Amino acid sequence: MQGKFTENLGKVYGMYTLGFLGFFILMAILEQLGAGARMIGVLFLLFTIAIYALIGWLSRTTQVDEYYVAGREVPALYNGMATAADWMSGASFVALAGGIYFGGYPYLGFVVGWTGGYVLVNSLMAPYLRKFGCYTVPDFIGTRYGGNTARLCAVIILVVASFTYVTAQINASGTIAARALGIPFEIGVWLGIAGILVCSMLGGMRGVTWTQVAQYIVLIIAYLVPVIWMSNKQGFGIIPHFSYGDAVNKISGFEAQYGLEAAKEGVKGLKVLTTPHNAPAGGFDSWKFVTLAFCMMTGTASLPHILMRYFTTPSVRAARKSVGWSLLFIFLLYFTAPALATLTKLQLLDPSLPTAVIGKSIADVQALEWVKNWSAVGMLSVVDQSGDGIVQLNEFFMRPDIVVLATPEIAGLPYVISGLVAAGGMAAAMSTADGLLLAIANALSHDLYYKIIDPAADTKKRLVVARILLVGIGVLGALVASLKLTGILGAVAWAFCFAASGLFIPLVLGIWWKRANTQGAIAGMALGFLSGTLYLYLIYTGTMDTWWGIDGLRFAVIGMPVSLISMVVVSLMTPEPSQELQDMVDQTRMPGGKAILDRAH
Amino acid sequence: MSDTASQDKQKRHWDKTRNLTILVLVIWVIFGFILPWNAKALNAASFLGFPLGYYFCVQGSLIVFVALIWFQNWRQDQIDDELGVD
Repeated sequence: MQGKFTENLGKVYGMYTLGFLGFFILMAILEQLGAGARMIGVLFLLFTIAIYALIGWLSRTTQVDEYYVAGREVPALYNGMATAADWMSGASFVALAGGIYFGGYPYLGFVVGWTGGYVLVNSLMAPYLRKFGCYTVPDFIGTRYGGNTARLCAVIILVVASFTYVTAQINASGTIAARALGIPFEIGVWLGIAGILVCSMLGGMRGVTWTQVAQYIVLIIAYLVPVIWMSNKQGFGIIPHFSYGDAVNKISGFEAQYGLEAAKEGVKGLKVLTTPHNAPAGGFDSWKFVTLAFCMMTGTASLPHILMRYFTTPSVRAARKSVGWSLLFIFLLYFTAPALATLTKLQLLDPSLPTAVIGKSIADVQALEWVKNWSAVGMLSVVDQSGDGIVQLNEFFMRPDIVVLATPEIAGLPYVISGLVAAGGMAAAMSTADGLLLAIANALSHDLYYKIIDPAADTKKRLVVARILLVGIGVLGALVASLKLTGILGAVAWAFCFAASGLFIPLVLGIWWKRANTQGAIAGMALGFLSGTLYLYLIYTGTMDTWWGIDGLRFAVIGMPVSLISMVVVSLMTPEPSQELQDMVDQTRMPGGKAILDRAH
Repeated sequence: MSDTASQDKQKRHWDKTRNLTILVLVIWVIFGFILPWNAKALNAASFLGFPLGYYFCVQGSLIVFVALIWFQNWRQDQIDDELGVD
């Protein structure tokens, strides 16, 4: 191949996609020849992880701007794919459809929030941060507001938010590895972190970018193929996305028929269906939806591992364009998840379908292959609590996050699909973990070590420190993940609320309000973050009841207003920023011209 | 170019950019919050076989968000070109 790598991206990733599809077909043939399910799962994971590791090794670098911002030469389309992989975590891939399945209308706040946030990224943040030319998000805060205190506040919030998030991702990668490879979770976690670090350690942002593009391709194929295959096999239409409205209406009918009752006796960690699929009650229900969507949107626009992806494009215009691509690629998964949740639910509920379990005899259902498999690992349970020998809706227990993984088996698809889904889930968890680890390590190495502790450090030393921090934080994350402190989704929502409480207002006002000054920014970050965290602590420990249903998923509703008010009040009480700083803000708003910070700084 | 002319251009560019941003955020509020808030009432209507309120939460608002970003970028590019600031 002639020319630079970045000039051949279409060819390289086109060949890669064909290669992956070829591998998928090869696995399907192996299955027909009698290869076991376990072996196919193992091959899927090992093959894809080996490819990511290869890309990570090929992208190794010794240049500072390649390590921190991939040399700022990532075209908009590919940055869009990388952002989509960075963004779609194990939670989106594994838990979103399950959440919709069990959570009904209030849960859809996640779907709207995690897509609508990109409107904020595009209109308020990405183009301006790209123009600024920073390496990290605290780099912007530190330069715009001046002084190490502001920079340090931003670093602390970044680390807390991203670390909360990354443990959930390492947890997810461990769960998937454990299930597919048949090893204990504790070992799966270490295997996961090893794969994650190989992608990011040698090439920094450059390595992560090119592996994330590869991971997006795997994860989107792995999400769409099973849904479309299932839909065709079960007669829901060739592309189900536009035609499952009828299924939504039918489910409402079945829910009325079977009754949505709590289980007589709960099973630990598993759930029965109690929330209607589509029955917004208005009032308080609407409030819960809107507050959740709001926290997820503002969190999206303040999470550093997302914002820093837009630092890698060649220009401001390309940064904007790549936000458009990002959301389009994310949309492909997000508008599929509700279709998947709805059709899977219908398959279980509708007695006229061969896959139905509700209303069937207990003995028959317990003898189903997929029910046996998932029951064996304690993620599913069918118990005849009423003693009538029939599976009632409140006797079918399931762990919410297995909906995606179990759907191919419920619909009777070949095992090769389950292997594909495992590879997709792994890609989603690994790509997000990589982005997050890099965001944390870069903030610590660039902002804390280089800008605050040792500004005289040379390039070589900076990159060594960056890599040591990366490995150290990865290992720490794996240690915390192996303790299994929170479920995947709880920790993810916390990360969004931490970031929104502390960073959203100072980032927005840094660009949109010239009068915002150092003291205001410090007050906004510190008080917003602390008030949100204090509120979370008080409701989590049960010291205090939640206010108006603002729970651990939406505590940014408390932190953000505090941040806004304190930042505005303190800014107005203290002197306005220097003319020089105000001119810098003017320059940041103009798309053309030189970046505020030097190419290598 | 003289300093005042360039400042004037900068101001016009920012005014247009700001107005575009406000327009985008208004549409964002409608599809991100107002329609989902009223999902119960909207469910009385039907669209492509979906209850309308449900449709917006799982698909309609999402499509609008994607279109909105592409629209904003198209318009912002026009503004940048018109004032020659890119």
